[in-house]
Amino acid sequence: MKSLEELMAIKAKMQDKVSVRTSSGDIRVVVGMATCGIAAGARPVLNAFVEGVSEAGLTDKVQVTQTGCIGICQYEPVVEVYEKDKEKVTYVKMTAEKAKEVVEKHIKGGNIVTEYTIGASQI
Amino acid sequence: MDELSLYVLDITMNSVRAGADEIEITLREDGEWLDFSVQDNGCGMTEEQVKKLGNPFFTTRKTRKVGLGIPFLTMLAEMTGGYVKIHSVHESVSEDHGTKTEARFGKNHIDFIPLGDMIETVKTLIQGSPEVNFTYTHETEQGKVELSCAALREILGEDISLAEPDILGWIGAYLSEQYEEMEKASE
Repeated sequence: MKSLEELMAIKAKMQDKVSVRTSSGDIRVVVGMATCGIAAGARPVLNAFVEGVSEAGLTDKVQVTQTGCIGICQYEPVVEVYEKDKEKVTYVKMTAEKAKEVVEKHIKGGNIVTEYTIGASQI
Repeated sequence: MDELSLYVLDITMNSVRAGADEIEITLREDGEWLDFSVQDNGCGMTEEQVKKLGNPFFTTRKTRKVGLGIPFLTMLAEMTGGYVKIHSVHESVSEDHGTKTEARFGKNHIDFIPLGDMIETVKTLIQGSPEVNFTYTHETEQGKVELSCAALREILGEDISLAEPDILGWIGAYLSEQYEEMEKASE
């Protein structure tokens, strides 16, 4: 059974980390989680970002958050990536697989995956 | 939506948006029925708002003009011989405000959709609102799965967010082990 002792151990490990952490959120990944997003499959997309960022060891630099409906329901699941001093990037019709790819190429590598952005989808 | 757990996620998001900091999600199952309820201490709704909930063209949001959460849930519940009941007290009426949504589904009905992954739903909620005290209980004839964010916070202290990936991972494993125990008991 997952014990509370195990949780204590995680706590101890994290307290070290928290003290080292200076800034959090150079990059912000925002996933739409209203009815429209959830119905279109946003839950696994969010999960893929949370896991992907954690696996890439980028939790100090990248913050994954949720938002409500942003008004383009037909393009859900919608994910917005905010980065300091850069223009917002909007990814549309996302899946867990595409999310992993975005983590790899964009979040980690700094290259926008243009084919999944709203600009590419409207053309 | 092809899993009930997504409806639970959607309905609970309403509680989050209502500014609740205590949200109780309860699932109870027997051979015939699956009941779930979501109770919060959010701002609540006026009688007028509650009356309009079944109407898809009623919503308080500003980014689109239709609200399908409750109409979807009601349709799905009624299709299986169940129901949706909403009781709400608006903050202008009483200090003891909040909303309770109860839904019942007939498990043996052909239109019943599977519950799906409740662990993912709980983790998603905590990830999005780590400051909220979620209480999760899933009771079947075989046993019970439980989680209390308040209890976890007592152990972790206020400095560590429940949305930390390591903590979310622990929560997922903690719940899935409880579900495994419950499954074993049913064999």
